[in-house]
Amino acid sequence: MKVLLRNPKREVEIEGPISVFALLRRLDINPESVLVIRGDTLATKEEELADDDHVEIRPVISGGAGRARRP
Amino acid sequence: MRRAIDHFSMLRRDDRVLVAVSGGKDSLMAWDVLRSLGYDADGLYVGLGIGDYSAESLRYARGFAQERGGHLIEIDVPAAYGYDIPSGSRAAGRVPCSACGLSKRHLFNQAARDGGYDVVVTGHNLDDEAAVLLGNVTRWNESYLARQYPVLPASEGFVRKVKPLVRLSERETAAYCVIQGIDYIVDECPMADGNRHLGYKEVLNDLEDRSPGSKAAFVFGFLDRVHARFAADVEDERATLAACEQCGAPTPLEVCAFCRLRERAAAGARSGT
Repeated sequence: MKVLLRNPKREVEIEGPISVFALLRRLDINPESVLVIRGDTLATKEEELADDDHVEIRPVISGGAGRARRP
Repeated sequence: MRRAIDHFSMLRRDDRVLVAVSGGKDSLMAWDVLRSLGYDADGLYVGLGIGDYSAESLRYARGFAQERGGHLIEIDVPAAYGYDIPSGSRAAGRVPCSACGLSKRHLFNQAARDGGYDVVVTGHNLDDEAAVLLGNVTRWNESYLARQYPVLPASEGFVRKVKPLVRLSERETAAYCVIQGIDYIVDECPMADGNRHLGYKEVLNDLEDRSPGSKAAFVFGFLDRVHARFAADVEDERATLAACEQCGAPTPLEVCAFCRLRERAAAGARSGT
């Protein structure tokens, strides 16, 4: 299957079927830090991805300065 | 979000609300939910002159406002104040995230006061608060711990500031946007790469992966059981603030940090640094 990764944006080919959880482990990605999107639908960690799926692994971590400061 | 708003008494039904909108998932979700809950909520976008990233993030903020009929106020920092974050932070001797945070805090408050808004909403989520808390605890920064709370009440020169996403993780805010069809900027700000805040988030995500619920327990344990022990310090500091000689914002010095940043950035631009 084609898997779109970000930061930097690139595409890798992974053989399916494979569960979302196993895919993330294979790519050494912490499941807490991403969403997995199959087509335009969210996929849960337990879901099985097929060899012909198009999958995006989208990072969810954001943030520069977050410190609450006054003044 | 409703639960956080009620629990911390963040908003009144008749408040005029200004949502600080970056074009990212958190602030767009906050604006979307507040509108759907019936609040009178406008958006505020602050353009910081970070090249293509600022142009792209503005496109998402405008796109949301146009598609959903929201009123978006725009401030372009280079045009209005004569500096941008990359060159301004260099000239002022600050790291970019520090100059950015300082500029946004000042401009959010100023825009809310100028526009007659009762409250500023920011898109800080559970992960943001956990990362900030870890940083503050690691260094035992007591004055920052005193200020870390989802509601900063209004005081002389300051509009109330609230964080209604405090209960929600980044995965949840991103998932909300995907499910609701909200387009947002996915790429991270290029200036934030490698900053300490993101490092804390990685550490916390490793912990969460091994022990689910850790981030919520960390943040809400602090808010419910520890924060009050530090809070008295804030009152003391506010009592010593006076109006900035240049812009009138509250400051402990004669000239506020924002005006000093602006002056140093302008001087740097004139000397070509």
